Amino acid sequence: MLSQLPILSAITFLPALGAVAILILRSVMRAEDAESRDKNAKGIALFVTGFVFALSVLLVLEFDASNPDFQFVESAAWLGDLGVSYKMGVDGISILFVLLTAFLMPICILSSWGLKKRVADYMAAFLLLETLVIGIFCALDLVLFYIFFEGSLIPMFLIIGVWGGANRIYAAFKFFLYTFVGSVLMLAAMIVMFIQAGTTDIEVLLTFPFAESLQTWLWLGFFASFAVKMPMWPVHTWLPDAHVQAPTAGSVILAGILLKLGGYGFLRFSLPMFPDASAYFQPLVFVLSIIAIVYTSLVAFRQTDIKKLIAYSSVAHMGFVTLGIFAANELGIQGAIFQMISHGIISGALFLLVGVIYDRFHTREIAFYGGLVHKMPVYAAFFALFAMANVGLPGTSGFVGEITTMMGAFEVDPRVAFGAALGVIFSAVYMLTLYKKVVFGEITNPKLETATDLNGREWINLSVLAVLAIYFGFFTTPITETTRASVTQLIEHYEAATLPAFEEINAFEPIEAAPQTDTEG
Amino acid sequence: MSASSLLNDLSLMIPELMLAVGALAFLMLGVYWKNEEGGARLVMRLATLLLIAAAAVAVFTAGEEPASLFGGAFAVDNFALYAKTVVFLAAAAALLLASKYLETEKLSKPEFPVLVLLAALGMSFMVSADDLITLYLGLELQSLSLYILAAFNRDSLRASEAGLKYFVLGALSSGLLLYGSSLVYGFAGTTEFAGIAVAAGEEGTNIGLLFGLVFVISGLAFKISAAPFHMWTPDVYEGAPTPVAAFFATAPKLAAMALLARVLMEPFASMVDDWRQVIIVLALLSMAFGAFGALMQTNIKRLMGYSSIGNVGYALVGLAAGTQLGLWSVLLYMTLYVIGVAGAFGVILSMRRAEGMVERIEDLAGLAQTRPALGWAMTALMFSIGGMPFLVGFFGKLFVFYAAASAGLVWLVVVALLFSAVSMAYYLKVVKVIWFDEPEGEFQPAPTGVAFVSRAAGLATVVLVPFVAILLAQVIRAGTGIGG
Repeated sequence: MLSQLPILSAITFLPALGAVAILILRSVMRAEDAESRDKNAKGIALFVTGFVFALSVLLVLEFDASNPDFQFVESAAWLGDLGVSYKMGVDGISILFVLLTAFLMPICILSSWGLKKRVADYMAAFLLLETLVIGIFCALDLVLFYIFFEGSLIPMFLIIGVWGGANRIYAAFKFFLYTFVGSVLMLAAMIVMFIQAGTTDIEVLLTFPFAESLQTWLWLGFFASFAVKMPMWPVHTWLPDAHVQAPTAGSVILAGILLKLGGYGFLRFSLPMFPDASAYFQPLVFVLSIIAIVYTSLVAFRQTDIKKLIAYSSVAHMGFVTLGIFAANELGIQGAIFQMISHGIISGALFLLVGVIYDRFHTREIAFYGGLVHKMPVYAAFFALFAMANVGLPGTSGFVGEITTMMGAFEVDPRVAFGAALGVIFSAVYMLTLYKKVVFGEITNPKLETATDLNGREWINLSVLAVLAIYFGFFTTPITETTRASVTQLIEHYEAATLPAFEEINAFEPIEAAPQTDTEG
Repeated sequence: MSASSLLNDLSLMIPELMLAVGALAFLMLGVYWKNEEGGARLVMRLATLLLIAAAAVAVFTAGEEPASLFGGAFAVDNFALYAKTVVFLAAAAALLLASKYLETEKLSKPEFPVLVLLAALGMSFMVSADDLITLYLGLELQSLSLYILAAFNRDSLRASEAGLKYFVLGALSSGLLLYGSSLVYGFAGTTEFAGIAVAAGEEGTNIGLLFGLVFVISGLAFKISAAPFHMWTPDVYEGAPTPVAAFFATAPKLAAMALLARVLMEPFASMVDDWRQVIIVLALLSMAFGAFGALMQTNIKRLMGYSSIGNVGYALVGLAAGTQLGLWSVLLYMTLYVIGVAGAFGVILSMRRAEGMVERIEDLAGLAQTRPALGWAMTALMFSIGGMPFLVGFFGKLFVFYAAASAGLVWLVVVALLFSAVSMAYYLKVVKVIWFDEPEGEFQPAPTGVAFVSRAAGLATVVLVPFVAILLAQVIRAGTGIGG
């Protein structure tokens, strides 16, 4: 019954309507007092995000997990006869990201409840961002995907730049330009794909056989964009800056959802559309992932800013995701998706935890803190839980994601799994050190004497996330069963495309670099 | 020529006749009106209405069989009618932007709208030119009107300098164009486009014809301010009165681009491999100068000048394809560009403080707080001109690049995309000032015409997105038949 209605469009565009409503209300209520105006904006934002979350839960309940194809497909003519249409749909890979986005958004709104500065614009920017991000996961047309993908930079740019920390302008520009440069190369690849295939329909392109030499170039174009988004070493440097400067809710969205766009892109485009190139570049991705895991873990250890530490830890955790995806077997990909969802929950919670003490003391310096457990016991307990989940302690969702991606990588190459395992050890080192310095010990800083424990809103946010982090640590089937059918189909397609090629390679010689692009347009 | 055929030809030139007769009649009206200010205001309104009416006539006569008037000197086809519609509407928008500004700056004279009408008439001849003579006549009528408009504020040193600079360089480019035209005439034996096409289609590359073509392209490149013929642009934009700069950035750009497209795609269609290289060089240089030149600008009008150089570069990427698709993409690109720029100049014209007009980029500081609607509009317009997705300007870029890539110019597309990333930096700078910086003083409320243009264009950048197909259909109808 749900599939008769344009539910995906509703989920996608309701937040944008909410943003418009907030902006109109703001201009209408100009003369009234600012306080009730801000209250209205927050109320609308919470209501809309909550409603969208409810709709997306309904969507997941109606979703047929045994069907590997796209469901709830909506299609409408858009750019005439050119083959570009407005097409939306979800499969097992994307639906959980829609749910994750819709789930984290109300939490972000709640966590920003105390905001005083330009509230209406803030809420509008977040709602706009929700529209664009959900659109990314639902889009089944290249042009539509690109529009949402690139468009999401605009609200995020404003969120970092307006409501961020002291060095926010630098961080906002770096975030925008880094991702923009990566994305324009993807656009070039998309245009070539459109010319080759004659359509921008992702469903058709998923099985379109691109020539092998062309695949290399297309893969690189997409890689330029997704590697920056992911972010992979060495193009990760925008992330620590963006995270440190972004407001708490911005960091939650950045870590919880925007970092997943890279992984989603690899799963949606790189692997199924360019299987030969993916196989060819597999070693490159593995090496970059291991460097990311080991190097950024070491870097994280040396940080003096809590947010920066967690940002680097995010880069390391995303290394597991790229490992799992390009292992290209069931364990690897299932693990990568699981890791992304789990990281969305855990890193979101960690950034909320940083936000809690930042709101109270306005600093994120590790050295400032110490002995918080005496004043904020509940906070200390939550922090402990999420620190352990981030380390990957069994019984938390972090463990499941890391272990399955490593098992997936092990099947391909044991050395890779070994390198990744180093990262798990390092993550324990930096997280436990951080926890010790901030939470344990005696209170040496007199300013901390006034610390108050979590308030009601913080309590709700963190406990919801905590329940999920533990629940998915024990019960993995809700996630894996949703994704299984689509992932299996993806892997079958990938293997069918690459296996004969592999034999050929082994028999003859390695693939030569493709000729110049301009001969192929 | 018999009287009936003359009447028939004239009946197809109704928009031009309206403008020509209107310009002369309004001039008389303005001069003989009891006081100058009242006359200026009246003529301004009448001219705006006349332009809109002419645009309407052009819209409603489109779709009929293409016709060639006056023995092949003047073409009336969908291409010309489409370009005319946009040109007339852009000119009307420029008048809307200008009216209150001129009154406050004590520049209100009936000559201003009359000159805009004459310039629009010139552009109308340009886009309909089917003969080198018509081309030159249209171009000169347009240019002479624009020279005067640039220096319209004759008591201002900067405006006079801008007008003089524009005139000297413009005269030079006209010289180049004439020289090229004479060479083309010498080697083709005719000035008619159809005849030139026959001559150009003959065996082997005709060096003389090619030589002439390069000069013609150079002359036209000046009019569209493509690098390396762009030097006048930032100075003229900065020096000329702001509404004049708004007019320069919109209608003449589209008209000259349409003219260039027709010249390349009709008479010289068979020499595409020769002129493509020239266009690619122009495109690359324009994108580079536009992107890097704008980065350090502090004056918003200069920034728009460099932005227009860069944007012409992207449009030329589409033209370099040399295909029907390329032509469509150029038309779409220029149309969306005109919408964006008209809106952006609307915002610039809203930058009036108690002490007068301001035009530094920093003066926009905190616009999102002091004037939220204007702030959102300018943000959308900047991103749209920059070709950022989910704003309509993106589709212009998309189609231009699609056309170029289809013609095998993938490398050019990649380079152009990287330049677009560079140019995004300065659009972002404007957005940064609007959103991140703290306000220093508030702007006075903008006059109705200005507010209307900036709001409508800002809204259009978002609202048009689902309806791009309609615009695209118009563009395809307009471009089909040229060079095909």
